[in-house]
Amino acid sequence: MQTKDELIATLKTIVKPYVQDEQAFANVTEKTDFINDLKINSANLVDIALDVEEAFDIEIDNASMERMLTVGSAVDIITQKLAEK
Amino acid sequence: MVENIYNNYVSNVDHILEKLPYRKPFLFVDKLQSLNENGVEGSYMFPKNSYFYEGHFAGNPVTPGVILTEVMAQIGVVCLGIFLLGDSLTNDIGIAMTSTQIDFYLPVFPGETVTVRSTKVYFRFHKLKCNVEMLNSQGALVCRGTISGMMNAKTNA
Repeated sequence: MQTKDELIATLKTIVKPYVQDEQAFANVTEKTDFINDLKINSANLVDIALDVEEAFDIEIDNASMERMLTVGSAVDIITQKLAEK
Repeated sequence: MVENIYNNYVSNVDHILEKLPYRKPFLFVDKLQSLNENGVEGSYMFPKNSYFYEGHFAGNPVTPGVILTEVMAQIGVVCLGIFLLGDSLTNDIGIAMTSTQIDFYLPVFPGETVTVRSTKVYFRFHKLKCNVEMLNSQGALVCRGTISGMMNAKTNA
């Protein structure tokens, strides 16, 4: 089981290729919003979700996807899905 | 190759064409030859009097690459997306192309008919990503690549 810090580090590796605002990415917190802060578009947010599914071997459902808007919510969803496994 | 996925033919495609949100001079789908949940094949003939030939290029009409890309997107992504959305789709549909990566191999001249073949990579969370190729009437490869778009069925709430 990964610690929360390790989980965020893995998530940051996944998110990095899609980031359009490097400065916001350098100062990422759990409140960081993928679309408004990192300037990721909704299509690439789907790619992030698919990459997260593969990296953590989990399945993200539609309801989870709709609330996966910040780093913190992504961490919550990943943690929850890992716990359900 | 991708031929083997086109065996399951959806016989009535009229309802797909009716739901396309494009009109002349920016409708680039004539026919769908084959359609199922994994892919689509369709064709378009470029009329010699299409508006873009007046300027691309002056005195030397060649179909612009952006138009070839649009043909591939309309047949390969939007028609397939409308089919995949199925009954959840009203006449109000939200579409946005989100990425393209296309390599071009042959020019297409006025009056030519092209065939587009598309295979679905995935359709998740409203995003449809497809591998798409275009062939000319001799069956030679015109262009090939990957196109993605967001497709939202706007439900009548």
